[in-house]
Amino acid sequence: MKGPLPAKTAPPDWLLGYQATAAAVVPAVAMSVRTLPLLFLNLGGEMLYILDQRLRAQSIPGEKARKVMNDIITTMFNKKFMEELFKPQELYSKKALRTVYDRLAHASIMRLNQASMDKLYDLMTMAFKYQVLLCPRPRDILLVTFNHLDAIKDFIYDSPGIMNQVDETFRRLIDTYNCLSDGEFQLIRQTLLIFFQDMHIRVSIFLKDKVQNSNGRFVLPTSGPVPWGTEVPGLIRMFNHDGDEVKRTEFTTPGNYVTPQREGSFGLYGDRVLKLGTNMYSISRPVETHMSGSSKNLASHAKENTVPNPLAKEELNFLARLLGGLEIKNPSGSDTGFRLNLFTTDEEEEHAALTRPEELSYKVINIEATQEPGRREELSCILGQLEAEEPRPESSGKGEELLALMDAL
Amino acid sequence: MAAADTEYRRQQSLPLPGSSSALYNNLSVLRPPVPQPQRFSAVHGNTLSLLSAAAGTGTGLGHRQLPAPQPGPGIGAALITQAAWCVLPSRVLLVLTSQKGIQMYEADGSVLVYWHALDAPEHPPEQAVFARGISAAGEHFICVGTSSGPVLVFDIPPKGTNVTVSEVLEHHGAAVTDIAAEQGQAPDGAGDLVSADDAGSLCVWSTGEGFRLVSRVPACGCTCSSVVLWQGMVAAGFGNGQIRLYDAVSGRLRAQVNAHARWINALDLAPETGKLLSGAEDSFVHVWRLSRSLDTDDVEIHHCHTECVPDTQICGARFCDPEGDSFAVTGYDLSEIFRYSRT
Repeated sequence: MKGPLPAKTAPPDWLLGYQATAAAVVPAVAMSVRTLPLLFLNLGGEMLYILDQRLRAQSIPGEKARKVMNDIITTMFNKKFMEELFKPQELYSKKALRTVYDRLAHASIMRLNQASMDKLYDLMTMAFKYQVLLCPRPRDILLVTFNHLDAIKDFIYDSPGIMNQVDETFRRLIDTYNCLSDGEFQLIRQTLLIFFQDMHIRVSIFLKDKVQNSNGRFVLPTSGPVPWGTEVPGLIRMFNHDGDEVKRTEFTTPGNYVTPQREGSFGLYGDRVLKLGTNMYSISRPVETHMSGSSKNLASHAKENTVPNPLAKEELNFLARLLGGLEIKNPSGSDTGFRLNLFTTDEEEEHAALTRPEELSYKVINIEATQEPGRREELSCILGQLEAEEPRPESSGKGEELLALMDAL
Repeated sequence: MAAADTEYRRQQSLPLPGSSSALYNNLSVLRPPVPQPQRFSAVHGNTLSLLSAAAGTGTGLGHRQLPAPQPGPGIGAALITQAAWCVLPSRVLLVLTSQKGIQMYEADGSVLVYWHALDAPEHPPEQAVFARGISAAGEHFICVGTSSGPVLVFDIPPKGTNVTVSEVLEHHGAAVTDIAAEQGQAPDGAGDLVSADDAGSLCVWSTGEGFRLVSRVPACGCTCSSVVLWQGMVAAGFGNGQIRLYDAVSGRLRAQVNAHARWINALDLAPETGKLLSGAEDSFVHVWRLSRSLDTDDVEIHHCHTECVPDTQICGARFCDPEGDSFAVTGYDLSEIFRYSRT
């Protein structure tokens, strides 16, 4: 049955002759235009946690490690960049955002190759997905962000200028977000969840802590404190027309909840109470780096962005705008660069580069492994190579095309 | 109430072509007595998945996907915020809301009947612009809420495409979340439509040629994500996990239930029995029973049944029949519809 279309309100072209398309989530448009700063800062915070841990694990000399952290934090919190970031705007694809972090990770004398960068980005995104999913109230995404910024301030070594930059961003966050309603925060959270939808990469630190299932889904606790402002389920109160309580009954649920002790601080300083967004890596819980299982043998549940035109003009404009604020310094003559590996060995890294499926696939990223013998030699070997610049990978991925374009800007 | 009366068992689930997005009431069911195959729909980012299921066996018969509007060449399509079937005496339409506007399709999604674009004065706007909250109203209206607060009333002809905006209701000061029509017998003067918003305010309307505001529950600061209306009682689900019952005539609070440990995303009502279904981010689905004595005016709510969908933030929950003997559930990131039935 075909009905004529109304003459007055002829539908736009996109509605005529549509075809059923592959079910790929392409959040080129965000439901909330206030989402990007939170996405960027939290992913950036996770990146710094991982880099800090890998710099230690790889025994990078303290001076160099501090320089790398300071350089990246300086770039990340650059005033012009922050101004651009906090403008109300849409979200773009994971690939586009990935490019920003690629640039950021290379803002100092440290270099990462494609496989390590892929892995870094996977770890960052899964960690923040977990935090967004689990945060008790939508508003608590702000506490997660504050946890990241609190930790970043501890990374800054002896540089009041950089400290001021971070505090400036803190104030900007408080000004922009503290006044938003619960409904607006839920819209931000829903936008972030759409951004992370269908990503089910298994991360071994999560698997080990039993917060992620073997199918890649995160575990939702049905016990512990309820969110601030929520009552423990179980009570029904009924009132008459005058507002007097006339009946009170109870019901039981399988959940085992308790009342929360107190609300976290939404100020510049203070106890955030919430632990989500704090550094989950430590010397005893390293970011390690052992790929287990063949990614190709496991069914893919991840439907990454596979639309034909993943980087549209708007995305490039967005990137140009953002990256315009990122001041990338090339290592100067006196600085000797080094390469950071997110894998235990170079062979693993190479293997990962070769076996990474085109679509982001279902795989295990093992973040725990013990220090292996012979590793110091391997590291000193890497450090001995002292490349000034890691050559860009030769693959024909869309990211590289974009990078080439960005270089030309 | 005997336990056997409320025992639900898990049935075969329906596979979805795409996982469900985290949205309010992200499951719609076209249920009997509408004489069609039972239909389900859930939003996946910028597409709507439509499923037809054979009655009885309940196996999926086929599916179709509808796209959201594409804001410009090269950019991905706008995100869909909600979808629902609107059952009017003369016809059934499938309504999609998104950041770009409102799409009305024939019930099977085959033909686009009407398109209403939302105005977005600035680019990019300071605030998100979208439509959300969909309900049939009265004999020939469909109401759709917007992110700035106004509710659009569309006059729907018995057939054809001559849909017009007949009225704009301006009583919400925050983004509309949900709209629902009376599913039982409304007491005199109670109104037959309720709308809810982000700030927790509720408006009860009397529909007809010229909608009239009957009562208003002021904003409480806590988002009301879902609302239903039955026998002059408004049941509202809130972000703090509470379900509250209000008198539709007076707007007075009649019951308050500490129902869920997390944000409630879905409510539904079975009109024949007054059963209420609630689903939340705490992974629980509860079945309740509402009762109201029109003589004594007593309002009661009982808890009947709990279902846990492990590790799933529930984003949609609907009864599949008017008695409330079966229901269906969707969750964020989940590529199937779980079904439960009392058999």
